[in-house]
Amino acid sequence: MSAPTLTTVNLVAGYEPTLPIVNGIDLSVAPGDFVTIMGPNGAGKSTLVKAIAGTVPIHSGRVLLGDFDLTRTDLHQRVRHGLAFVPQTENVFAKMSIADNLELAAQVLGPSLRRQRVDAMYAMFPDLASRPRMPAGRLSGGQRQMLAIARALVVEPSVLILDEPSAGLSPKMVADVFATLTRINAQGVSILLVEQNVRAALAVARTAVVLVEGRIRHHGPAAELRDSPRLYELFLGTRGETAA
Amino acid sequence: MNAQPLIDGLVAGSMIGLGAIGITLTYSILKFSNFAHGEFISWGAYAALAVSSALAMLYAPLAAPLGPFSFGWSLVIAAIASAILTGLLTLLVDALLFGRLRRRGSAAIVLVMASFGAALTLRALLEFLATSKPAYFTSSLQIAMKLGLGARATPDQLLLLGVAVVTVVGVHLMLTRTAIGRSMRAVSENPDLAGIAGVDVRAVVRVVWLMGGALASLAGVMAGLVIQIRPQMGLDLLLPLFAAAILGGIGSVPGAMLAGLIVGLAEAATVMFIGAEWRAAVSFFILVAVLLLRPQGLFGRLA
Repeated sequence: MSAPTLTTVNLVAGYEPTLPIVNGIDLSVAPGDFVTIMGPNGAGKSTLVKAIAGTVPIHSGRVLLGDFDLTRTDLHQRVRHGLAFVPQTENVFAKMSIADNLELAAQVLGPSLRRQRVDAMYAMFPDLASRPRMPAGRLSGGQRQMLAIARALVVEPSVLILDEPSAGLSPKMVADVFATLTRINAQGVSILLVEQNVRAALAVARTAVVLVEGRIRHHGPAAELRDSPRLYELFLGTRGETAA
Repeated sequence: MNAQPLIDGLVAGSMIGLGAIGITLTYSILKFSNFAHGEFISWGAYAALAVSSALAMLYAPLAAPLGPFSFGWSLVIAAIASAILTGLLTLLVDALLFGRLRRRGSAAIVLVMASFGAALTLRALLEFLATSKPAYFTSSLQIAMKLGLGARATPDQLLLLGVAVVTVVGVHLMLTRTAIGRSMRAVSENPDLAGIAGVDVRAVVRVVWLMGGALASLAGVMAGLVIQIRPQMGLDLLLPLFAAAILGGIGSVPGAMLAGLIVGLAEAATVMFIGAEWRAAVSFFILVAVLLLRPQGLFGRLA
């Protein structure tokens, strides 16, 4: 898979037209890149990715995927253009079975591809394959997160956006989620990740963006933040904090 | 023992169940109680009456009764046309009213109040166009067949039971086995996530309105066939319909039909044991009892 670049141009977004939460964001996620967005609580990290995914209103600016302008497109059209989103909460259909969750997402694809892609997800997440008829609401937190990621990947997106996928998970499940994301990225899918677990995110991401009060304060290689105590503390507080 | 109240209850219950399926479907996906559903039932009956009368005028043999039934091919064709026309009417009402309110992010109570307004408008318009005088699909009389235990039913009434069973099975299979049914369940559970998962939510809403209209029209045609056609027929059915939809559990299609039968049988039992004047109170009593004792209904939510 070769991913187009995801770009935001001077993006201003927020729930209320008069109260922008993110202001003038210029961001790009290059093909195959793994970008993590970090920052203090209330910085606008989740709002930014939700605006890109289409669930928070965009007041001005643009969201582009390659040459295609997604700014005013409906949610489902963004999926069809290769943008997949995993929200932080309520990211699976709890009353529907695992199979229905995956098959629903596969409906975007042509009939010949649907079965193939759902089977590919079962191969990638064997835990889900063993109980396809189980309602998603009965899965553990980690399994739900895997189903949410699988649901997003069914359509072979070029960019995968995740909003705090490790929230509420055990350390073992967090490690599993990040290992899975690394594997997905290695297959060529660009990843844009909002994550409160700074150390885990910096360990896997290639690019780090620090957002403060709705504006980008730092944009550079993740290794730079990881390896520089001064930069780390400047933007993310003291080392050892998991929530930035 | 006379089994006639049982048959009367099943016939009335099938009619209520047919209407309640439409209510439960639109409620669970569009997230508001549409009190205009009763008017869609009336409009469906009148649309079928207009089409079948026109067909009979154009080609009289089409009105010749089919087998033991009181109606001919003209009503069968008219019922299909009415399902389409009533579906289009629901889309028109959505475009003019509900859709605009949804886009403004209006609360469910605003949509409910708007549905009262839509109901009043549609009913007044129907009375203006058709007058309040009762009408019938056919003037031919039917002889009720003996069913045993002193019970009798006309072939039209038995057809209503069959149509109700086929409809509930058909809608249930559509919801649980087809791609559009899966999309409808997804939109019912979480519209935002459905969009994120690639579902065209607006298209699903249009399909739900079309189905709701078609189901209302079917209920109207069957009610018109076994009772009579009046502009108030939908309004009279409204309370039993909501009692059945809530008793069945909002979102449950088999639940709506089963609850419709329960309401119908309860009405028949009331007529037999208490008095006919109490018949209309049964739905109200069931509605209050369910809301107090088991608000999720018999079968819970669409899942």
